[in-house]
Amino acid sequence: MPHDDHDHSVLPPDPALRVKALETILTEKGLIDPAALDAIIDTYQNKVGPQNGAAVVARAWTEPEFHAALMADATAAVSEMGFYGRQGEHLVAVENTGDVHNMVVCTLCSCYPWPLLGIPPAWYKSDAYRARAVREPRVVLSEFGVTLPDETKLRVWDSTAEVRYLVIPRRPDGTEGWSVDDLAAIISRDAMVGCGLVTVPA
Amino acid sequence: MSRIHDMGGRFGDGKVEVDAPDAPVFAEDWHARALAVTLACGALGQWNLDTSRHAREKLSPRDYTRFSYYEKWMAGLADLLVAKGVLTREELTKGHADGPSQLAERCLVAENVPSALSKGGPVDRPSDVAAKFAPGDRVTTRARARNTLVDGGHTRLPTYAQGATGTILRLHGAHVFPDSNAHGLGEAPEPIYAVVFDAAELFGAPERVGDEVILDLWQSYLSPA
Repeated sequence: MPHDDHDHSVLPPDPALRVKALETILTEKGLIDPAALDAIIDTYQNKVGPQNGAAVVARAWTEPEFHAALMADATAAVSEMGFYGRQGEHLVAVENTGDVHNMVVCTLCSCYPWPLLGIPPAWYKSDAYRARAVREPRVVLSEFGVTLPDETKLRVWDSTAEVRYLVIPRRPDGTEGWSVDDLAAIISRDAMVGCGLVTVPA
Repeated sequence: MSRIHDMGGRFGDGKVEVDAPDAPVFAEDWHARALAVTLACGALGQWNLDTSRHAREKLSPRDYTRFSYYEKWMAGLADLLVAKGVLTREELTKGHADGPSQLAERCLVAENVPSALSKGGPVDRPSDVAAKFAPGDRVTTRARARNTLVDGGHTRLPTYAQGATGTILRLHGAHVFPDSNAHGLGEAPEPIYAVVFDAAELFGAPERVGDEVILDLWQSYLSPA
């Protein structure tokens, strides 16, 4: 077979039709249940997303015991909240402080902690982010509107294995006494990847 | 030696286009469908996660570059389905099945989706390979980021970190070794570590002196510095 003559090249050129063609053949062969596809999509569109991670971070900010458990064994700590599963089997929490800021990338593909943050956004999967986050992370952060002070060391975690990293952002001043739910509401997905900071809405 | 997906540290990709925070999870309906078809096919048990990653990495550089994210998934999946004998190239060409599959009993049905997704696929395993390193030890990565079992095969040591010296930060335990597992050569679990590198060691002039990059690396990739 010539080098570029891959099997996928016989599928229709339009991507939507390509997926449809695969789904049709696989369904006819009894290998796919279209209702199962709907259930998978519903899971990641409506049930599993950054709200899970935000609940974890807000709890870590407010419950010292949970914070300690999360830093010691994140997989066990978040399982107890019902967050476990595909792409979240081996979790590690890394915490931002005044001295260290953590940021996560997967340069080789797009590994991401699905049970806590859902399906990764397009920017996380982009060539620009994958290529540049390790070499010029501060420039990349500036494209998110984030500038780190020079005294803060930047640590970029490249998810080269099955360990998935959750960034615990810094809790902003002015949130003392807030409820867990109010805190969770201001914790963004990007902050839990290390590409954003949590701020109190004006 | 390297493949097109191994892009860490590459120049020329331009700015990161940041999506709006309220952007939909799936920009197009077919993106959602592509993800779901891929996960449902994985449940047939004909390959593992490392095999499917390698299938995407094996796309020609031309296809890898021009395809969008989920197009890569579809192309890798189609190639894998034919390579594993689940479908034939003729069926892909016709757009219809020649008949039912013997694997149909493994079909992921809707009622089993929640348990399949929540069960996940942990990769930690008992291993008889002893951990050679401890936190604080200095280690050097392979001089060339390559699969030493299969020429051009799957590996998780990025080129930008080849031949680099860093420090063991933590031992994660023993995990399945992708360089072996992707090619049907067994899970071959071995110790895996988070290894911290000075940005200057990896890229020369760093943005800020003292910034660091951390990678999860299998013991086979490492030797004492």
